[in-house]
Amino acid sequence: MGPVTAGVLQLLALTGALALVHVPLGTYMARVYSAKRHLRAERWIYRGIGADPDTEMTWPAYLRGILGFSAAGVLFLYLLQRLQGVLPGSLGFSSVSPAQSFDTAVSFVTNTNWQSYSGEQTMGHVVQTAGLAVQNFVSAAVGMAVAVALVRGFARSRTGELGNFWADLVRGTLRILVPIAALAAVVLVACGAIQNFSGIHEVGQFTGGSKQWNGGAVASQEAIKELGTNGGGYFNANSAHPFENPTPFTNLLEIFLILVIPFSLTRTFGVLVGSVKQGYAILATMATIWLGFAALMMWTEFAHHGPALQAAGGAMEGKEVRFGIGGSSIFAVSTTLTSTGAVDSFHSSFTGLGGGITLLGMMLGEIAPGGVGSGLYGMLIMAVIAVFIAGLMVGRTPEYLGKKIGAREMKLAAAYILITPALVLVLTAASMALPTPPHSMLNPGAHGFSEVLYAFTSASNNNGSAFAGLNANTDWFNTMTGLAMLFGRFLPMVFVLALAGSLAGQTPVPATAGTLRTEKPLFAGLLVGAILIITGLTYFPALALGPLAEGLA
Amino acid sequence: MTNSLTNTARVLGAGLRALLALTLLTGVLYPLVVTGIAQGLFHDQANGSEIEADGKVAGSSLIGQQGYSLRYFQPRPANGLGQNSVNTRYELTVSGATNLAADSKVLLRQVEEAKAAVVKDNSVPGYAVKPSQVPADAVTSSGSGLDPHISPAYAELQVHRVAVKNDLPVRAVEKLVEEHTEGRTLGFIGEPRVNVLRLNLALKDLAAKK
Repeated sequence: MGPVTAGVLQLLALTGALALVHVPLGTYMARVYSAKRHLRAERWIYRGIGADPDTEMTWPAYLRGILGFSAAGVLFLYLLQRLQGVLPGSLGFSSVSPAQSFDTAVSFVTNTNWQSYSGEQTMGHVVQTAGLAVQNFVSAAVGMAVAVALVRGFARSRTGELGNFWADLVRGTLRILVPIAALAAVVLVACGAIQNFSGIHEVGQFTGGSKQWNGGAVASQEAIKELGTNGGGYFNANSAHPFENPTPFTNLLEIFLILVIPFSLTRTFGVLVGSVKQGYAILATMATIWLGFAALMMWTEFAHHGPALQAAGGAMEGKEVRFGIGGSSIFAVSTTLTSTGAVDSFHSSFTGLGGGITLLGMMLGEIAPGGVGSGLYGMLIMAVIAVFIAGLMVGRTPEYLGKKIGAREMKLAAAYILITPALVLVLTAASMALPTPPHSMLNPGAHGFSEVLYAFTSASNNNGSAFAGLNANTDWFNTMTGLAMLFGRFLPMVFVLALAGSLAGQTPVPATAGTLRTEKPLFAGLLVGAILIITGLTYFPALALGPLAEGLA
Repeated sequence: MTNSLTNTARVLGAGLRALLALTLLTGVLYPLVVTGIAQGLFHDQANGSEIEADGKVAGSSLIGQQGYSLRYFQPRPANGLGQNSVNTRYELTVSGATNLAADSKVLLRQVEEAKAAVVKDNSVPGYAVKPSQVPADAVTSSGSGLDPHISPAYAELQVHRVAVKNDLPVRAVEKLVEEHTEGRTLGFIGEPRVNVLRLNLALKDLAAKK
């Protein structure tokens, strides 16, 4: 069997596994978010918070909960890093600088996990497990909560109520993320990922002498890093590091963990709006884009264009032998089509077009299947826009799932899709126009421009991966990527929740013969087209200056 | 104004209490429980899959090492590997890739020099290596800089040199490589590979027995 066949079979195996799991997991998640009863542990937590989990919230109240919780998260994580130098259990590592602490705190709270630091030399046990890994759980739970609130907006009528944020946050963490992560972490350890608190210790070497190696709670963090589409590696090399991702099997498992909740949430959506077929249309749209991107990526990486890769005889720069080109390509596509940003191979050394595909994946808004929660709400916004476009074509007031898409709804959806490109393009342009930021580029020419474009695309879309040659640990990049992550995470959430509130207040319109059937393949096709055209029109000039110029040279 | 200030304080307070409760669960209990299970059931793996030889630890089977003499099988280049620049009371290896682009002149030079060295080192009397024989993994740096494996093609290419340097028959070294070649998991997951540390430990044994 050749490597191409093996790569395709791995893609098919993943598809099969996801197809099997998404129905039970999606249905389970729907039950979690609509359950009436609380677990005992949950009741303790609600008492600690001082919140009544059964109080329904309007969208501004729901948003306030998210912002309060996230602000507390940023503050806590910032202080934890600033105080690391005096905290016990920190290997004697010094405190992190203010700019880097800010960047990292924002990065993990916004589910981005952009890292301007190298984990093994910067973060001790306490910051990694009690700071960074905690945000891996809760930032994911926040994303899922917002998605569920939007789905409730579609499902409910004549009410302003979207559910209770504290209940959604705690249930998502306790009943969904923790059990799956714990199971996955144990499997990762069985395959060779490390899980200890032995700090920095000497390990003997073949040639004599010894080297100092980091121990750490790696597997437990790795599991939630993928499952919560976070992506912040324990080590600098992220999931390319053998202690994070030891075997070809763990590589597939990690890709599966990245994709499983985002794909399954389409089922949750279908169940909650009372039509699983609506969920299938969204799933089909996501799967089409994911499979298409994976096929394109394998094609360009196996073809290995580019002078250095041609000289080497294969695109193995930045890739591990055990994963090969197939496994690395599937990982790269899955991590950038979601908001993960973990890497098992280094995108900067991919072919010019391969690097472009990772960029384009993020530019789509990370909706195929997207981050946990953020993928579903991003895709539903695109569905609203596709319905609107279809409505324009036939001259009817557009409606989706029985809700009218009027002027207010369209303004909110349009604001959602404009905010991220605005952040990416303005900050990239500013970085190129200013005298010092370009000094951070490792590679010259078109690829150097791609490094900067990638940084802001990644930060604004809350991905977190990088063309990692860029020296991002400067005041400019720490501050600007920090702001891009904050605005790129929370402004879209404001629009989503406002939209949810507006939809929940409507009286549903009955479907007629003229209603666009949004559960049909035709609509999925229209949705794929709308996504590609809108993204293409927005980003083509920037892509032409970077990856296209490199790839077609 | 005071009203909105107290409101903000109340929401922040609730957020902080929620964070602390969830930190206790996901930042303390969860890692400790996983560590407990890991240390109990998978003690070796949880502590880094270390290999012993002659009663001493020779490294981790998962972490590639650099610096083998030409008597031994050579690993992949690791031009992206770094040294720690902060907390320098320790000497830490910082994992990583070169991040050089496919059209980078620096990378092109690294690849060409590596290829020339592989051809020169492995061409021994009676066995001339052609540049076209050199596989891609032999001349490129991995993502982590710690890749413990090389491709079977790169291992085979080194067999003649290793045999000559250790004064072993070529067939015996070939057999060693075959024994240490792992196929794809279930026939399709990942790529065939050879673990360099395990192979070199076996080679050392074989050379010592002779």
